[in-house]
Amino acid sequence: MATSSEIADLTNQGYKYGFTTDIESDTVPIGLSEATVHLISEKKGEPAWLLEWRLKAYRHWLTMTEPTWANVHYPAIDYQAITYYSAPKKKAAGEGPKSLAEVDPELVKMYEKLGISLKEQERLTGVAVDAVVDSASVATTFKAQLGEMGIIFCSFSEAVREHPDLVKKYLGTVVPATDNFFAALNSAVFSDGSFCFIPKGVRCPLELSTYFRINAAGTGQFERTLIIAEEGSYVSYLEGCTAPMRDENQLHAAVVELVALDDAEIKYSTVQNWYPGDKNGVGGVYNFVTKRGKCAGKRSKISWTQVETGSAITWKYPSCILLGDDSVGEFYSVALANDYQQADTGTKMIHVGKRTRSTIISKGISGGHGQNTYRGQVKIMKGADGARNYSQCDSLLLGDKCGAHTFPVIDVQNPTAIMEHEATTSKVSDDQIFYLRQRGISQAEAVSLIVNGFCKSVFRKLPMEFTVEAQNLLDLKLEGTVG
Amino acid sequence: MTPTTSAPRKPLLLIQDLHVEVDGKEILKGLSLTVHAGEVHAIMGPNGSGKSTLAHVLAGRPGYTVTKGSVLYHGKDLLAMEPEERARDGVFLAFQYPVELPGVSNTYFLREALNAHRKHKGLGEVDAVDFLDLIKQKARLVGMDDKFLSRGVNEGFSGGEKKRNEILQMAVLEPRLALLDETDSGLDIDALRNVAEGVNKLRSPERAMVVVTHYQRLLDHIVPDRVHVLQGGRIVKSGGKELALELEQSGYEATKA
Repeated sequence: MATSSEIADLTNQGYKYGFTTDIESDTVPIGLSEATVHLISEKKGEPAWLLEWRLKAYRHWLTMTEPTWANVHYPAIDYQAITYYSAPKKKAAGEGPKSLAEVDPELVKMYEKLGISLKEQERLTGVAVDAVVDSASVATTFKAQLGEMGIIFCSFSEAVREHPDLVKKYLGTVVPATDNFFAALNSAVFSDGSFCFIPKGVRCPLELSTYFRINAAGTGQFERTLIIAEEGSYVSYLEGCTAPMRDENQLHAAVVELVALDDAEIKYSTVQNWYPGDKNGVGGVYNFVTKRGKCAGKRSKISWTQVETGSAITWKYPSCILLGDDSVGEFYSVALANDYQQADTGTKMIHVGKRTRSTIISKGISGGHGQNTYRGQVKIMKGADGARNYSQCDSLLLGDKCGAHTFPVIDVQNPTAIMEHEATTSKVSDDQIFYLRQRGISQAEAVSLIVNGFCKSVFRKLPMEFTVEAQNLLDLKLEGTVG
Repeated sequence: MTPTTSAPRKPLLLIQDLHVEVDGKEILKGLSLTVHAGEVHAIMGPNGSGKSTLAHVLAGRPGYTVTKGSVLYHGKDLLAMEPEERARDGVFLAFQYPVELPGVSNTYFLREALNAHRKHKGLGEVDAVDFLDLIKQKARLVGMDDKFLSRGVNEGFSGGEKKRNEILQMAVLEPRLALLDETDSGLDIDALRNVAEGVNKLRSPERAMVVVTHYQRLLDHIVPDRVHVLQGGRIVKSGGKELALELEQSGYEATKA
């Protein structure tokens, strides 16, 4: 681009959240074996059935090989060089903090630096925050209020202790322990995560939110989230994350399972900002996540909205299994691959029930040497009479060294299905940038305006308080991008 | 005491011996032009004479290399300024081909632009509610339907709507120097009249306009104070508004040296 040299002159802002916090970590020895799995389960005081479940997953994982079909490239991961469990030390073993006052002040400071002070959150915003630092939950707010409505929102560990029947009933029913290489690994060694249960007929009045953060050096993150929405209930769940600067790559293999029963609706929103590595592609998080929702009930609805701006590598396909008749699946995605980032993301919509509907809107932005891949599958099964899908995949290129790739797969086994697919690839043009500058808008703001316009249809789907955060995040990530 | 003579007015725009290259080819070859506040100058000339180059180089479009000459804008070295600095300092270019900005609402875009101007002047940002009042009032001034305000900038606009949107932007940003690049191109006679009316409402003693056009017909509606004929990268003839009519009669050939 003609203006590239000028644009390249813009100062690149480094990773804003790249700092580490000095907290004593309770860490298991490096490496992975049955003994590691035993140790994790023991540290968490888990029941025997869960240990068995983990071990089964571990044994299956041993028989599996790492997938290579994704359009991403990285050196082989040494699974024996990873620390599989690390939790901030507590005052007494097994005793979680009862209130914020009991939380390590260092930790609270860290959140304040991130602009997500729990105190502020609790008092002002009405957002219940289940903060996960490394692997163990630190504080859960608004629990009492939610509890009165019968809503359970707690750490996964706590759910295992307090609501074992619910966990046992639903764990692994959407993403089986043997589902794929990374899901099996997570099932064997998952450390903590979030659990959410909305009882029949209850509309959760708060946006539930979790902030994830990797902290201890060389620690893998194996979060597990399980959300169950009973008949006629509604919940909107927000997940956002930032990670501190690291030299070595960090593996993040989370699993998220959503279950929606008859007439239930789950809205799951993510703003992902893991450390992407430096300008030269050194370091950064490997974000290998399995997210899947099951529309088990009639007229149920699951909606995934994601803004993926971080990680060195993103491998992620939030999907919907549309089992119930008239159920609805949605996927709205903005994925940014800048510098040397690689993103291979998309969705699967599996139509099983009659008159099931799905919508896919994917916006991929590539800058620097970034490679952005949309990979999607829409499958209409034999019994899915009258199923409908609408897919739109748009790619925006911010330079001439980046790449955009799309691999849409459509598999229709029922002749009554109606499928629509649209795709575009465009480039931010010099003419657009000059036009905006001629109106007094700086080059950086011009790029931001154009990109935000491109992403608008997805940002609109985010909860209000996340829209601004997502736009700001994108602006931050885009500074000095066009070139 | 000698009778006081009015002090010579300082020009708003003073272009001297301007030479400009594009891709190594010289397009402007020693252009000089003086424009005072309150004046409307028309630059006419055949295709390829350098009219649009002049408009773009004044606005600071990248890709144009000034090899010689100077441009003073209210005494400042215009060529040393970034495009956005020129804009904030009151230089406005109404584009011949306004670009589309999908998903960027016209109102939001214009508010960002106005706030950039206000910040430059040391004024506070105008809030969304006040701005909505302002832009609706300006839309009425230039005869634009409110429905275009919430749409993406020029997204799916007709040629006439795009040109009118340029004039709306000019009305909101209130430039000191407006450059109108072939504002008549692609417009039918009704659209042309509408756009010209909008421009005429924006004429003021503080504002100068440089209207670049190939045809006389725009100047029937926007009547200039001065007309210049640009040919071969230089101004070869200057005169009053009657010069435009002369050109219409005899064509550009007659002005060739």
